[in-house]
Amino acid sequence: MCNLKRQLLAGPYLLWMAGFILLPVIMIFYYAFTTTSGHFTLLNISSIFASIHLKSLLLSLKLALICTGVCLLLSYPLAMILNGMKEKSQGFIVFIFILPMWMNFMLRILAWKLLLSNNGVINTLLEALGLPGLDILNTPSAVVFCMVYDFLPFMILPIYNAMSRIEDDILEAARDLGAGTVTIFFKIIVPLTMPGVVSGITMVFVPALTSFAISDLLGGGKVLLIGNVIEQAFMQEYNWNLGSGLSLVLMVFVIASMALMSAKGEEGGAGVW
Amino acid sequence: MKLKKIMLCLLAGLFLSVPFAGCGSKSSENTLTVLDYGKYLDPEAIEMFEEETGITVDYEEYITPENMYTKYRAGAIDYDLICTSDYMIEKLIQEEEVLELDYGNIPLSENIDPVYFDFSKSFDPENKYTIPYFFGTVGILYNKDMVDESKVDSWKILWDEDYSGQIIMADSVRDSFMVALKILGYSLNTTDEAELKEAQDLLLKQKPLVYSYLVDEAQDEMISENAAMAVVYSGEAGYALEFNDKLAFSVPEEGSNMWIDSWFIPKSAKHKENAEKFLDFLCREDISMMNFDYVYYATPNKKTKASLDLELQENSTIFPPAEILNNCEVLKPLDDEVTMKINLLWKEVKAAD
Repeated sequence: MCNLKRQLLAGPYLLWMAGFILLPVIMIFYYAFTTTSGHFTLLNISSIFASIHLKSLLLSLKLALICTGVCLLLSYPLAMILNGMKEKSQGFIVFIFILPMWMNFMLRILAWKLLLSNNGVINTLLEALGLPGLDILNTPSAVVFCMVYDFLPFMILPIYNAMSRIEDDILEAARDLGAGTVTIFFKIIVPLTMPGVVSGITMVFVPALTSFAISDLLGGGKVLLIGNVIEQAFMQEYNWNLGSGLSLVLMVFVIASMALMSAKGEEGGAGVW
Repeated sequence: MKLKKIMLCLLAGLFLSVPFAGCGSKSSENTLTVLDYGKYLDPEAIEMFEEETGITVDYEEYITPENMYTKYRAGAIDYDLICTSDYMIEKLIQEEEVLELDYGNIPLSENIDPVYFDFSKSFDPENKYTIPYFFGTVGILYNKDMVDESKVDSWKILWDEDYSGQIIMADSVRDSFMVALKILGYSLNTTDEAELKEAQDLLLKQKPLVYSYLVDEAQDEMISENAAMAVVYSGEAGYALEFNDKLAFSVPEEGSNMWIDSWFIPKSAKHKENAEKFLDFLCREDISMMNFDYVYYATPNKKTKASLDLELQENSTIFPPAEILNNCEVLKPLDDEVTMKINLLWKEVKAAD
């Protein structure tokens, strides 16, 4: 009886999952493997090898990798600095990092579009200082920049979390045993924060790979990511079959990267280093 | 295990039944579901209509005709009245998705200048499906301080390397190909593969010079002087001119596209009578005037036009003169095969470096 009650508690979520996750995925599978007239086909899947689709997929992978790399490079030292501060100020800084997330992310992208435009605030300021203008709007650089801006908190928070859990005793013990700062960093801090790094990478890489809104708004229609190709197939070309086929391929990449990362995460947790 | 299965089945049943229950009760209500371009109808007019008739209006918006087609075809909502562009209406008429209008229920449709019903014959040959709402052309909106005005009479200025990084091109398949096809001297409705390919080569050559590909935001970028010129609809140009004196508009001599956005009642309509009431309401002089003020595109309503200031009536940006219109073509729908080809060609342009 008690068991049944517990299962009932999961009811709302099951309903949610069935309707908004399972059903859409089944529909995508159906569309991906059929033609517009409903016959079985593999063409929608294999069309990823068409040169433009392949190109946009590679561009998406490239930008997502760069974005993840930059986020990691920025976040790791930051998390270390943060961790070294007094507890009170730590809470405040974390609060500042989360603050932008109170505003809708589309609005923030639109704000960047205005800031970066030819006559925008940034260029006007640079000009006033006699510096050369920043000409990155409508290029992949602007897209990566905004991805980093948007996804940075997802990298900082898990790393900071992992770092703040390292007991001072462990570091002290290491120092007692004669380990220098460098040794402590590579032998203790890095391995112990690995799970945080891994979850940060997943949380940045996956949305960066699949994003289309940022490239749409800051790419000026010139940066065609795989997400944009899929969006166009659905919205402009009324070709849901192609859109679904490409979505499935993208899903494979997402799942593969998550599997890779979770395997790494377990290794890290077991303390192989 | 068995229990789980039963529960899942129950949940699925519950889930599927909810939306149907919603639909069933709704169709009996006194409502009207309208689908229109973004920013294309004064919200106050809708409120007035609701007050006058007691009909509740559900108003929805979309960006491009292709978006509209997707929304309509997805079938999730039964639209009663839709406004869209010429070629898309023709496509839907061909697919037998459009209901005939009963003009007897829309007496005020006589306010519409018959000239525009004649133009509409290119997509609605017997004038039995549509009522024109706004019309215009496509041209170049440019900044007089940044551009040599002697060159704007040709689309070729969009390929001029002096303006590299300052050109805004239309982010829409048909409009962009229209520009290239007109330079080459072809019809904008060509289905000839070689001609389309030639147009694509031209667009590929242009890409390094393009600042961005935009639709609705082009006018904002021009108003804030982020670019020297943009391919825009005449109505948008008229709007932008109001905000920045340095801007001007030109329809190049090679010819352009004349578009007519019209209302039609789709087959999905559940409230045809209400839709016709709303159409009649839209043709009424005061409402048509409100919408003109709100949208600022050329209105085909002769009473509304006659009551405007003379200066505005003669504004060639908003109301394209006859000699320009006669040099323009109306877009025709392309068959599925050609649509797929031109979509692919366009995607290649967008993906190019």
